[in-house]
Amino acid sequence: MILATLIIAGSLLMILYTIASKGMQSLTWDIISKVPEGGYYIGKGGGILNAIIGSLYISIGATVLGLVISIPVVLYVNIYAKRNSWLANITRLTFDVLFGIPSIVYGAFGFTIMVYFGLRASLLAGIITVTLLVIPILARAIDEVIRLAPTELSDATYALGATRWETSLIFLRQAIPGIITAILLSFGRAIGDAATVLFTAGYTDSIPTSLGQPTATLPLAIFFQLSSPIEEVQNRAYAAALILTFIVLIISLSAKYFSKKLSKHKI
Amino acid sequence: MTFESPHIRVKDLNVHIGGNHILKNINIDIPDKKLTSFIGPSGCGKTTLLKTFNRLLDRNKDVQIDGQVLVDGENIYGKDIEVTSMRQKMGLLSQRPFPLPMSIYDNIAYGPRLHGTTKKKELDVLVEHYLTATGLWDEVKDRLNGSAARLSIGQQQRLCLARGLAVEPEIILGDEPTSALDPISTQKIEELFLQLKDKYTLVLVTHILRQARRLSDYIAFLYMGEIIEFGPTEDILLRPKEKLTQEYVKGYIS
Ligand SMILES: Nc1ncnc2c1ncn2[C@@H]1O[C@H](COP(=O)(O)OP(=O)(O)O)[C@@H](O)[C@H]1O
Ligand SMILES: [Mg+2]
Repeated sequence: MILATLIIAGSLLMILYTIASKGMQSLTWDIISKVPEGGYYIGKGGGILNAIIGSLYISIGATVLGLVISIPVVLYVNIYAKRNSWLANITRLTFDVLFGIPSIVYGAFGFTIMVYFGLRASLLAGIITVTLLVIPILARAIDEVIRLAPTELSDATYALGATRWETSLIFLRQAIPGIITAILLSFGRAIGDAATVLFTAGYTDSIPTSLGQPTATLPLAIFFQLSSPIEEVQNRAYAAALILTFIVLIISLSAKYFSKKLSKHKI
Repeated sequence: MTFESPHIRVKDLNVHIGGNHILKNINIDIPDKKLTSFIGPSGCGKTTLLKTFNRLLDRNKDVQIDGQVLVDGENIYGKDIEVTSMRQKMGLLSQRPFPLPMSIYDNIAYGPRLHGTTKKKELDVLVEHYLTATGLWDEVKDRLNGSAARLSIGQQQRLCLARGLAVEPEIILGDEPTSALDPISTQKIEELFLQLKDKYTLVLVTHILRQARRLSDYIAFLYMGEIIEFGPTEDILLRPKEKLTQEYVKGYIS
């Protein structure tokens, strides 16, 4: 057990060390504040602001859209449907299956839809595809916490004359810490996933100004720059990885903080 | 035993859960502004019966309810019934207290807000009134915005009672409301129940015979989903007619 812990802690440190040591030298103010100069494959100048912004757009967009879709489904399954009804069970099973599907399949699926509707690789197509990826993550995580809330809680609200909708709001309130964890999971997955955006979001050197434009993303910035033969460009990939890790870290910590703050009334 | 105009009248009620016959041919009149207790061994159907009174049982898929429950003469399982306003007539205290995930103040204000009281001043009055009525005011008046979850279990149960009273019910259902409480908190709840008898119809599930004796006007003894005997407290506890009741009251069945 101690050995396993050491291995895990050790590999985490190794990863951080690798990206930090290689990325630090390229991690300048320029790289986080400028878009690339002279193309992303070979370019040594400029920065990757386009990818940072693109990734934030996509993961925030997908997480918000994912919440808008998964929260009503979870409320339906837990509060509107009768307990253990077959529709609720099928829904849960579906999310379990969707959860296990590799992201490249979502990427391919997103690409098919995109082609079908005649969309080009764009911010919108990327958001939609990543939303598909995060819906099962969000839905399962939120379902889990709402299911954990005691049935007596709904007995209590119903006995006070609350409707199912009003009861749902109480359950959401009770589930706030869980929902925040779910958002964090979803965001982390969305911002780090390359396979879903590979075919659907495209890649460009500029920051998208509308949903119809293609956009760069951090995972692909890492991928493209790392495949460059020039060492300086490769190091820029590590800088991008460092930035990605940093963003995920910030999100984790702030989620922990808010979840504590917002759950002070949880029973 | 029947009453002229009972507050709740149960007629030929049968409940099946997942193919099991849980409540069998229940017929009982619950008198107005009295305290009626249901006693019986655990698993005999007391909770299930109580939940049929405000339709908290319908939410399971495999529950089948036949028969009638008339509240003020109206069948709550009838077609035109408004379930939410019907439920509002009945306060519920469960075995363990479940405060809502919000502040003490908001717990009390929750019901009135749902039903249209939104003015801060009116709510303030209601909150103070019901917290006072349940003996909590002095204990919590300095931390009304604190979390209800931080109260002791006994205080939480009184908060739940206050929260229920704030929607102005006519009936209060208590499902072993003191079973999770310490003796002092139990005594406080019991005293409150005795006070409330003048204004409300109380239905109490308990497995503590002495509690039933202290509080009830009438007692119904349930066994394996059937009402074996129903009558005034003294009759059931001191002069039971049925053999099963005699054995239970003596402590043979438990
Ligand atoms: N949701 C349910 N699903 C299956 N069986 C149930 C359910 N609720 C209650 N029962 C059964 O109904 C019987 C009566 O339960 P209950 O009303 O809780 O008894 P009591 O409150 O008197 O202890 C028990 O045998 C219990 O197993
Ligand atoms: Mg019970």
